Amino acid sequence: MLSLARRTPRTPPAKEAAAPPVRRPAARWAGLAALAVLLLLAAAASLAVGAEHVPIGKVAPAVFTPDGSRDALIVHDLRLPRTLLGLGVGVALGLAGAVMQALTRNPLAEPGLLGVNGGAALAVVIVIGAFRADDVLVYVWAAFLGAAGAAVLVHTIGARGRGGTSPARLVLAGAAVNAVFSALTAGLMLLSPRAFNGFRFWQVGTLAGRDAAVFVRVLPFIAAGTVLALLLARPLNALGLGDEAGRALGAHPGRTRALGALAVVLLCGAATAAVGPITFLGLAVPYAVRALVGPDQRWVLPYSLLLAPVVLLAADVAGRAVAAPGELQTGIVTAFLGAPLFMLIVRRGRTREL
Amino acid sequence: MSRVVRAGGVSVRWEPRAALVCGLVALVAAGAAVLVVGSGEFPVSPADVVRSIIGQGDQATGFIVRTLRLPRAVTGLLAGLALGMSGAIFQSMSRNPLGSPDLIGFTTGSATGALLQILVFGGGAVAITASSVAGAFLTAAAVYLVAYRRGGGVHGVRLVLIGVAAAAMLEAANSYLITRAELREAYEAAFWLTGSLNGRGWAQATPLAVALAVLVPAALLLARPLGMGEMGDDAARALGVPVQRTRALLMVVGVGLVAAATAAAGPVPFVALAAPQLARRLTRSPGAQLLSAGLTGAALLACGDLISLHLPVAMPVGVVTGVLGGAYLAWLLLTAGRRAA
Repeated sequence: MLSLARRTPRTPPAKEAAAPPVRRPAARWAGLAALAVLLLLAAAASLAVGAEHVPIGKVAPAVFTPDGSRDALIVHDLRLPRTLLGLGVGVALGLAGAVMQALTRNPLAEPGLLGVNGGAALAVVIVIGAFRADDVLVYVWAAFLGAAGAAVLVHTIGARGRGGTSPARLVLAGAAVNAVFSALTAGLMLLSPRAFNGFRFWQVGTLAGRDAAVFVRVLPFIAAGTVLALLLARPLNALGLGDEAGRALGAHPGRTRALGALAVVLLCGAATAAVGPITFLGLAVPYAVRALVGPDQRWVLPYSLLLAPVVLLAADVAGRAVAAPGELQTGIVTAFLGAPLFMLIVRRGRTREL
Repeated sequence: MSRVVRAGGVSVRWEPRAALVCGLVALVAAGAAVLVVGSGEFPVSPADVVRSIIGQGDQATGFIVRTLRLPRAVTGLLAGLALGMSGAIFQSMSRNPLGSPDLIGFTTGSATGALLQILVFGGGAVAITASSVAGAFLTAAAVYLVAYRRGGGVHGVRLVLIGVAAAAMLEAANSYLITRAELREAYEAAFWLTGSLNGRGWAQATPLAVALAVLVPAALLLARPLGMGEMGDDAARALGVPVQRTRALLMVVGVGLVAAATAAAGPVPFVALAAPQLARRLTRSPGAQLLSAGLTGAALLACGDLISLHLPVAMPVGVVTGVLGGAYLAWLLLTAGRRAA
């Protein structure tokens, strides 16, 4: 019944790489530099664009030498934390998606679809509702527990059966776990209208309305997850050859999986605790990156790290620009950009790659 | 096992076990509905409930039962029936138990239509039903169009995965609509969005009953060609079934059922997924058993409502069916993996 992975792709893989990925190191370094420039531009746009008009010339002074004026307050106290948070969360979700896809060898793996963000969300709702917690650090720890629990659960359900985990079954297991979690989250949310009012903005996933303290609180976890993920680039490459070949080359598949899962939980838990569940970013960015640089994780991971915050900040700016004077929450923009891409991947039947 | 009864020129094939199961499931559904009517701040014994429904008993109880609580129970039964039947239709058509309308976004799209009407245009009950129907049809058309590939047709797993993505997208849209509304309206909409039977009156139950009076007979009439479609398009065509036309008609009926149920009770999750599977296991007969699936859906929703009424805190029925149904889906995946992957 669930045998998408075992279907042979319509076109042989060699043909599918119509535009040959960039192979030369020099070009790859140049691409990385270009992405870094793009990231700076996206961050600048995030600082300069918003519901309140701030003259472009006053943005930079407001960031570095705030003088207490209205413009400076808007940029320094509202947009700067938001931009920093977008950077951090983007890095976290992009890397988490890349690591997850490498670990499961599944291009459809994604923290949002596989229930990891849903588990984190449920845990946060529980601590807010049951323990009246309002400290972001408590959210973060709760989100870790929820994310880890969901990851284990989804993987257990998805990995049963002969021949290991098929991409389709993993996504469906994620849908099942997500459904249970979101029903529980909805039930808890509805217990009190006051709590509901907070949750309804949190559950769409948005960078708005978070102060600098939130960023400071989640930064250590994102940093730790980032370092861990980048260190795993080589072992993940070995894992990509399959367990047998990897072991023959001196890799430790079990250890790599455990550390990779730890990195994913750190990154997703921190990101979800900070801004709420954001879906499809972790799916789309590594997919685009692999099309660009090929399957080598030593390049996929840094490219994802830089591209994801560009996309997230751009989605955030677009959401502010499109629906001004209100705004379209970041999570909604990413869902509307990412879901069509997911459909395209499924249509092409490219679930065998990696 | 099936038996054939012939009387003159007419022959009817019937399955004793299936008929027995249908009867028992219908009894469970009716019993749960009676208990639902009896539950609340003013408890009514099952005997008094039945007495009030048939027009006897004292006036106060009669008012509580007939005017306040009966419409809720009826809405639950009818919505469950509609969801179970449409689940059987779509699962059979995609030849995949996961191709049910709540998993592939049809109920979510129907909810998006209704939410737009409730929160943005502010229409009444009829307008809400109409836009809920429109939302379901648009979603179904979009999912099928995207999943369709020339030559390959609509592949089951591809349909499910694309539907899951469509559901995620529409859920984002629903959350957005909720953030845009006033708190009180948003709270009510969120309650509705979870799938709830609270405060359902005859204003919701009657349109649903009218819609089902048309759709259920249509679905049952189409059930026979549907069973042949499951053997594969070529086999069905060889047996004289106009495959494309039957499929299109069934789509329309199935989406109509989903939309009618969603307009009345909100997007109650997982009844459409679980009911046909349970019915199939209970009757132990292959193929799409529309009637048994529908009755099982009614029983599931009525029992879920009963549970939700007796929880220590008030929860909408969708929370109960979501938790139970999600666990059931997980179990389905586990056992499917063990048999053959």
